Amino acid sequence: MHELIDYIQKYLDSNQTPGAAGNIFWATVYILLVFGGLSVAVIAMNWLERKILAHMQVRLGPMRVGPHGLLQPIADAIKLLLKEDIIPAEADTFVFWIAPFMVVLAAFTVFVVVPFGPTHAITDMNIGILFMLGVSSLSVLGIVMAGWASNSHYPLIGALRSSAQMVSYEVAMGLAVLSVILLTSLHGVDLGLYGIGANDPQAYGTLSMIGIVQAQQEQGVWFIFKFFPLGLIGFFIFAIAMVAETNRAPFDLPEAESELTAGFHTEYSGFRWSLFFLAEYSAMIAVSSIAVTLWLGGWLRPFPGVHGPSIAIPHIWPPADPAAPTGALDFAFALIPGISFLLLAAMCFYNVARMPKHPLFKIQTMGLAGFGAVLGLIGLVMFIPAVRDRVNDIFWFAAKVAGFMYLYIWYRGTFPRYRFDQLMKVGWKILLPLGLALLILTAAMGMRTELWAQFQEVVHGL
Amino acid sequence: MDALLHITTLHYLVLGAALFLLGVIGVLTRRNVVIVLMSIELILNAVNLNLVAFSRYWQGMPGHLGGPGALHGQVFAIFVITDAAAEAAVGLGILIAFFRNKETVNVDEVNLLKW
Amino acid sequence: MNPVATPFFFYLLAGTMIIGGILVITRKNAVHSALALITTLLAQAALYLMLYAPFVAGVQIILYAGGIMVLFLFVIMLISIERAAKERQFNKQWLVGIVAAAALGGLFITIYTTTTKGKELFPEGRMTYGESQNTQQIAALLFDRGAGQYMFAFEIASLLLLVAIIGAVVMAKKRI
Repeated sequence: MHELIDYIQKYLDSNQTPGAAGNIFWATVYILLVFGGLSVAVIAMNWLERKILAHMQVRLGPMRVGPHGLLQPIADAIKLLLKEDIIPAEADTFVFWIAPFMVVLAAFTVFVVVPFGPTHAITDMNIGILFMLGVSSLSVLGIVMAGWASNSHYPLIGALRSSAQMVSYEVAMGLAVLSVILLTSLHGVDLGLYGIGANDPQAYGTLSMIGIVQAQQEQGVWFIFKFFPLGLIGFFIFAIAMVAETNRAPFDLPEAESELTAGFHTEYSGFRWSLFFLAEYSAMIAVSSIAVTLWLGGWLRPFPGVHGPSIAIPHIWPPADPAAPTGALDFAFALIPGISFLLLAAMCFYNVARMPKHPLFKIQTMGLAGFGAVLGLIGLVMFIPAVRDRVNDIFWFAAKVAGFMYLYIWYRGTFPRYRFDQLMKVGWKILLPLGLALLILTAAMGMRTELWAQFQEVVHGL
Repeated sequence: MDALLHITTLHYLVLGAALFLLGVIGVLTRRNVVIVLMSIELILNAVNLNLVAFSRYWQGMPGHLGGPGALHGQVFAIFVITDAAAEAAVGLGILIAFFRNKETVNVDEVNLLKW
Repeated sequence: MNPVATPFFFYLLAGTMIIGGILVITRKNAVHSALALITTLLAQAALYLMLYAPFVAGVQIILYAGGIMVLFLFVIMLISIERAAKERQFNKQWLVGIVAAAALGGLFITIYTTTTKGKELFPEGRMTYGESQNTQQIAALLFDRGAGQYMFAFEIASLLLLVAIIGAVVMAKKRI
């Protein structure tokens, strides 16, 4: 019994991920936390998508089920669970049954390496980004099987189109990711790149997700702003490719209702369809996490290299960890999580004040006020120094991913759909050459001191 | 029992040999060309498993052939995977060309040159 | 860093691979065979992780399970071989095939149970190395200026892939 408590407590002193520390208990706890958080995020995305899309289209969206439709996702889930489970005639039952599981497997396994903080990942694999790209390409298999097993031509065409689109845009994604991996091998302030090939192990780049964010921390800049505009172009290539990868608007021809009657998941109903839906939103969050980690600095706050003068407020600042930065800007940014939750609570209370004063709305008003109170409580708790230091990283990461989710919904409400041949043209003829050029330019920029020295040698030799 | 519980290089080699045998049986006995190609992939995977197991073995050995940098098996395995991809692509292309001509996928019926 | 519960995971993954292999060679439906092969390949990637080869595991997942098997599934769907599932599955020389495989198996067993002068065949090494620099070390072997030995093979492999792409496109086109 004593060893068990020791085993559980031993991890809290280490500064590694549970996978690296070999601690199964904490790894399981982290897995359950990530799984739970992902489910809550998907439910929230369902509500947010309908409300934001509605407001963009100058209407209100769901308003009835809870206060401002907050309980609508729960109603949707209950409906999906109670629906009749239909399997089309002469469909291959085993493959029909296993296809949604493959897509969900691919979408959820990816989160094993997503870094929410310097030690807040389930594990830090040496091949982090390679693992994420590889496992997310397994969802193509599930989609192909779903389309084939439905024994009907709409799903088959939808599945073929969807998989062709996903495979094409994976190439562009891979090239954009490669240019970032090149950037991780620059250390400090633009040291020379003879590290590749020398015996200096520090000068190698890294594929591990935590290593990529730490490289950005070391270089003091988010990679989106590195070698401006090269980082920005890489980010744009990845941002477009990731929307196509997850079959979202404006690249959602394979699953649009006016085109193919819901594409590869036409014949799925009830719980099986909800698995596809879950997998789609999880894949969206996964590729957004890749984009956030690679270009937007992961868990780093904006302007990670600028610290400001060192200040000290008793009991509140600096944080207990002696290695943490203590600048004024750090303190200002450390207050933002709490302030943002208080803002959300203020919005809730403002809407409580705007609720109609009819007796039928009493329960909804109380519900909204309760929700606002919970948000405000979370905001106040985030000001406590012990909580603030631990949750800061997770908050910045989640906020950036939430920004990407808003972008996804914005694209859906704004852009018209791409025709399939236009879609493939963009993937192969525009993004792929752009990605190749970006890779060559990034490599040249990274090695510019060596290239310049060799150029001068050649010129002097002539 | 202890030999079964303590996993050594030999365990991986035996597993590789078993997969190799399954692949050989598949190649020699099946009529469907696609399944023959998949059995060839099984054979290549068994070979890869052997290579990577031996690379791990050499990593544990001292001397100039061993040590932490003795990853030759893993590099070889990466090349084998690359070649398997190329061979699968060409093989399936041949299969499609053949199917377009004869409308069958059985290896037995590839006998146009038989006397 | 020693992995935990190694025998359990090894036997689980080995069992998955063997069952997957048996399913590959015995299923009538080619799609079921392909699914079984995907399971085998993913289990093998996990086995590579146990052998401290994370880069090879990543390459296996991306290329083999996510690339080659998608290609197989596309071709199976394209040539729509439901009719082939009703024909005879095993060819006329299946007995000879099994005898040959059994002979090969006997050869393997003979080799693996031989001990050389009382010592073990593959003795356990004394040193164990972690996986934290695996990708970097493979990159050193491939690309290093002084110590890299596989640069030429790497270039040849890329040329081979180019030839394979052209060959596959030419083979599968309707009109050349």
